[in-house]
Amino acid sequence: MSAFPPRRKPPRVGDAPLFRRALIGVVLLLVALVIVAPLVIIGVEAFAKGWAVYRDTIVHPDTLHAVMLTVLAALIAVPINTAFGIAAAWAITKFDFRLKRFLLVVIEIPFSVSPIVAGVAYLFVYGLQGILGPLLDAYDIKILFAIPGIIIASMFVTAPFVARELIPLMQAQGRDLEEAATSLGASGFRTFLSVTLPNVKWALLYGVILCNARVMGEFGAVSVVSGNIRGQTNTLPLHIELLYHDYQTTGAFAAASILALIAVFTIIAKVALERQGAGRVRKTANPAEKTS
Amino acid sequence: MTKGGGGSVILHRRISFRRLLPIKGTDRVRRRNVLPGLPLSLGVTLFYVGLIVVLPLAALVFKAASLGPEDYWRIVSSPRAVASYRVTVLSALGATVFNLFFGLSLAWVITRYRFPGRRIVDAVVDLPFALPTAVAGIALTALFANNGWFGSVLESYGIKVAYTPLGIMIAMCFTSLPFIVRTVQPVLEDLDPALEEAAQSLGGSDWAIFTKVILPLLAPALLAGVSLSFARCLGEFGAIIFIAGNLPMSTEITALLIFIRLEEYDYQAAAAIASVLLLTAFLMLAVTNWLQARALRYTARG
Amino acid sequence: MNRLLILGTALAALLVQPAMAQEKKLLNASYDVARELFVAENEAFVKAHPGVTVDQSHAGTSKQARSIVEGLEADVVTFNQSTDIDFLAKNGFVSKEWTKAFPNNASPFYSFPAFLVRAGNPKNIKGWADLARDDVHAVFPNPKTSGNARYTYLAATAWAKEEFKDDQEKIDAYITKIFDNVPVFDTGGRAATTTFVERGQGDVLITFEAETRGIEKQYGKDKVQNVIPQVSLLAEFPVAVVEKVAKKHGTEELAKTYLDFLYTEEGQRIAAQFGHRVQNEKVAAEFKSDFPEIRLVKVDDVFGGWENIQKEHFASGGTLDKLYGSR
Repeated sequence: MSAFPPRRKPPRVGDAPLFRRALIGVVLLLVALVIVAPLVIIGVEAFAKGWAVYRDTIVHPDTLHAVMLTVLAALIAVPINTAFGIAAAWAITKFDFRLKRFLLVVIEIPFSVSPIVAGVAYLFVYGLQGILGPLLDAYDIKILFAIPGIIIASMFVTAPFVARELIPLMQAQGRDLEEAATSLGASGFRTFLSVTLPNVKWALLYGVILCNARVMGEFGAVSVVSGNIRGQTNTLPLHIELLYHDYQTTGAFAAASILALIAVFTIIAKVALERQGAGRVRKTANPAEKTS
Repeated sequence: MTKGGGGSVILHRRISFRRLLPIKGTDRVRRRNVLPGLPLSLGVTLFYVGLIVVLPLAALVFKAASLGPEDYWRIVSSPRAVASYRVTVLSALGATVFNLFFGLSLAWVITRYRFPGRRIVDAVVDLPFALPTAVAGIALTALFANNGWFGSVLESYGIKVAYTPLGIMIAMCFTSLPFIVRTVQPVLEDLDPALEEAAQSLGGSDWAIFTKVILPLLAPALLAGVSLSFARCLGEFGAIIFIAGNLPMSTEITALLIFIRLEEYDYQAAAAIASVLLLTAFLMLAVTNWLQARALRYTARG
Repeated sequence: MNRLLILGTALAALLVQPAMAQEKKLLNASYDVARELFVAENEAFVKAHPGVTVDQSHAGTSKQARSIVEGLEADVVTFNQSTDIDFLAKNGFVSKEWTKAFPNNASPFYSFPAFLVRAGNPKNIKGWADLARDDVHAVFPNPKTSGNARYTYLAATAWAKEEFKDDQEKIDAYITKIFDNVPVFDTGGRAATTTFVERGQGDVLITFEAETRGIEKQYGKDKVQNVIPQVSLLAEFPVAVVEKVAKKHGTEELAKTYLDFLYTEEGQRIAAQFGHRVQNEKVAAEFKSDFPEIRLVKVDDVFGGWENIQKEHFASGGTLDKLYGSR
């Protein structure tokens, strides 16, 4: 550091130009190799046989059906998980009760449990040999190897997403505003809609976007409970696997490119939301920011 | 917690919500709560968690328990199962160590330096979260197979990645990288420059300041990120089955072994091995919880 | 509130829908590498029986059998080995006498494990003996999850039994050698194909002749070529009506018609076009030039039936587990 001419603002640790450049270079290289390269190869492989093959794969009825099923799963699982996330966040942040920490851990389990374990667990509940299987069969209700099973498995995997976004924020905001609103006579729903929601809407939206991305991409849990019926219970990720093993590598990458596009849009939406909702906070939160 | 602190939580959501909880006990002494909606919200939460999360896991544990201790132990300690734990844990360790260094450097670079493309780098860190694991799996396999872009280069140096433990490690690195970046980033951002300036004025070298001042402040967040990332590695399936050789005793991960036991109609064995993974996940959650409580104490003091 | 109501209705509709959809519809649960074959067979069948739809599900047959027992409502199964149908019979889904329900042990066509090598056969792989060479790496899926690979394992063992005159030590050494040189164990036959062809792993892929021909056609002789060994193991592809499910769906007749169709001249011709060997004499004569002569040994003759095999080789703690242990 002593080699540096004194400046108004002293250079911070790690600001030596050589070190700085080297570190940025290494990190950029690794990001390119580890994160960006897989994205690029999906695009390259998808178009390896030209636009026509790509289009044929995308408009093939089985692919379209897989897309529809994936969208349907998301349309059902995401709103339910959103409602659950809001309820959980409200209960946990606005009230004190026993075993709250335990509840938090349970809500977080799906994050750390292998999706395969989740799929197997559902087999033991809803399978014909499982706990509820015979009962469901008696009423001719199909859950496993049908669309409901896929949706429930997706719901398990993504259950914590919305709650996890909301809880820290609602915790940080405390209860004072809501208490003021209720003491002025507002109903619970009214309080939530006009006091709490405006404060957390960006976090909520962000949670919903992530939850959606994950529902659409779930593979492990769904592959155990789906039954792999072509054009019936194949979600997009399963369809990719199917094409991949069908001498149709190019087609698999074409289908994968749809999911990759969704991932990219998710990230763009995330950045946009940060700008919208939290850009102002960020500037004040990091006054030490310097330009170079 | 200030408003700014709350904001940075939205930005870097990977900081777990449990970190924030203990504060409440200290600044809130109110006994009575006037807010409505507890029965409804708690009821919905418990019902949903019970149905979607607890019921299936309970069924799994029940199935595994029906084995009896002796058989259970025989299955979960069979050489092949033990080999699969070893492969899974060692690869996860390798991936986590790599991510510790890479994730810390990445977080450091995007918070402390300004350079063209910084925002893009910041944004793509989340890609592994958003990209389905199966898609990541086929993409990584295409890259690292010995006729792929990277694989062909590495092969000429005699390094094989796809279908070896190295491939498992790379898949794990990819899917768990954001955990470390996103836990360290907010702490790094909130670091008080005055601390460094004080250390600098005392004549400390950059390296000394980093190891003696900055690293201890980051340590709790780093540890929490490491344990999250490690837990994720242990559970990863979709990305790995494509790139791993799936050879019993050498590149077969535990999740795949469960899958294979299922295919052999051996439900109880599948449940038993799955229960080991479940238990590990629980332990990892507990460790994370504890580390984050410590992290909070640390920041509260600082 | 309204939205919740709509969602509820949608969910209810989803739950009920499969019960209502009972018009002429069959689900055929089949083995992994039969995808293209049954696309073609189904097309022809639907043409002959308008108004019928046939859905297909493909995976390793053990997985399929398990899924059916867990509730996958397949009306018919077209598997690649009888043990998995026996499993269904044991669980009451298929008649105990299923082998007698259709001709030829209920197997409309057959095949055997054959080799696929890289163009020009650079390692000069001709037969089973070459698989145990130090420089040869064979690719085939995990015999624990893939019926296809079970045949591979058994065919190699059968050859070794003949070659080494039942000298168990030599047979074990030979099989161990092959397993030690396998670079990748995929879970299904098709995954192994992708690993071999697309990912360039290994020197020889071992899978059904039907599959090696399909791959050769798909990728061209300038990339891969198929090699037929002098002797191999007969692999019959058995079919059965899943009576429990068919009764529930009211599709017993249709299911039988569908499986009968596989024995008709048209059905057999399609199978032959996809590289399967068939019993129908007329069709077999038509395709004679495509299918070189080969000596096929039978499971029953060499191993004394599937039940023995299951016990001795594939059950937990059997020969196969010991092979894995040696790695």
